[in-house]
Amino acid sequence: MIRVVLPAHLRTLAHVDGEVKLHVEGRATQRSVLDALEARYPMLRGTIRDHVTQQRRAFVRVFACEQDLSHEQPDAPLPDAVAMGAEPLLVVGAMAGG
Amino acid sequence: MSGVRALVGTRKGAFVLTSDAKRDRWDISGPHFGGWEIYHLKGSPADPNRLYASQSTGWFGQQIQRSNDGGKTWESVGNKFVYDGVPGTHLWYDGTPRPWEFTRVWHLEPSLTDPDTIYAGVQDAALFRSMDGGQTWQELPGLRGHGSASSWQPGAGGLCLHTILLDPSHPGRIFIAISAAGVFGTDDAGKTWRPMNRGLRSEQIPNPTAEVGHCVHRIAMHPSRPRVLFMQKHWDVMRSDDAGESWQEVSGNLPTDFGFPIDVHAHEPETIYVVPIKSDSEHYLPEGKLRVYRSRTGGHEWEALTKGLPQRDCYVNVLRDAMAVDSLDPCGVYFGTTGGQVYASADAGDSWAPIVRDLPSVVSVEVQTLP
Repeated sequence: MIRVVLPAHLRTLAHVDGEVKLHVEGRATQRSVLDALEARYPMLRGTIRDHVTQQRRAFVRVFACEQDLSHEQPDAPLPDAVAMGAEPLLVVGAMAGG
Repeated sequence: MSGVRALVGTRKGAFVLTSDAKRDRWDISGPHFGGWEIYHLKGSPADPNRLYASQSTGWFGQQIQRSNDGGKTWESVGNKFVYDGVPGTHLWYDGTPRPWEFTRVWHLEPSLTDPDTIYAGVQDAALFRSMDGGQTWQELPGLRGHGSASSWQPGAGGLCLHTILLDPSHPGRIFIAISAAGVFGTDDAGKTWRPMNRGLRSEQIPNPTAEVGHCVHRIAMHPSRPRVLFMQKHWDVMRSDDAGESWQEVSGNLPTDFGFPIDVHAHEPETIYVVPIKSDSEHYLPEGKLRVYRSRTGGHEWEALTKGLPQRDCYVNVLRDAMAVDSLDPCGVYFGTTGGQVYASADAGDSWAPIVRDLPSVVSVEVQTLP
């Protein structure tokens, strides 16, 4: 089970409190986790990554295990601690942008 | 008993203000979508409880929200705005080509007859339509297909399509306005478009009378006389008596003819309202006085409306979508300021009072007259 922490505005949009727990088929990567997240919460489509290009939005960052994973390849495996559910994947609104 | 519902979009959320027909006591609900910029929200003329809201932030992009109960509850609908085909380029501020890129929805215009059909004017400038209540959006590509599109340049707020007027007497006729391209019109529901800027003069562009390139801030129409259009341009207040084919200046005795909103009295098609702003580089009121100007002659002759409005030390702005009228008798007039005040007049502008004073900066005001 993958744990994802969303920023407050996206928790409101998705009508969730606290962490989101997702079952992800296959290897846990940013892409597979975001695919699972958007499948469960369709209103989040377009908010973290572009609808068409699937590029991460400029003011959204992805952290885990005290690392900035924002510039990792979308299909790179996430840290084992995230894949095993020991640590959450943090989706963060950058300290800029609105 | 009839009443009024004002839909207020601000930099940090939406507010719904409601009153009975006396319009002297208001209930305020909100913020809805707190922390998000609400460029516009508007109700369907065919179903007043069907509302649409454009919600965006720099972090998370665009959302469209829909309400089926007059703004009590909301649901996210479609937010996928993808340009038709290869988007091409327009001009950037420095005159270089720049690919079209969707940023946000500036204006939502529900169909006059179908609650599930709605138009969206977006930045970078394009017109989209949904026919399923906002779930999916398709561009009407004929507008950007116009041969001039590669020469369109943004105004200070971006290359935005900010005004959509649907002609109630002529299905398929739509007027839109883009900053800073100008007015375009279609008679075939958006398949083909023509620039409609003859008579405009803008000293800020290389050819002041060019067919395209004018920074039109807002256009307005009275539904009983859809061939008469009024315009607040970057500078100049204009009118057209031939459905946009030509324009004449009617700035008359205004203290400045720069401004953003323009609107028409609900029952008097020749009574119009503007809020003069000092200049394009200052964007605040002249002389520190908040004055709405009213013309009862369709322009040229204007009177300052000041009763109940601050007449000293006031330096707010009133943005292009931040003025509206109700259709009660007497006509109510409403506007919101960048200082967070929403003012209302229940007597066609003769006197004013704030409904609320301390909202976030107001971007848009729409008003529904409820049965």
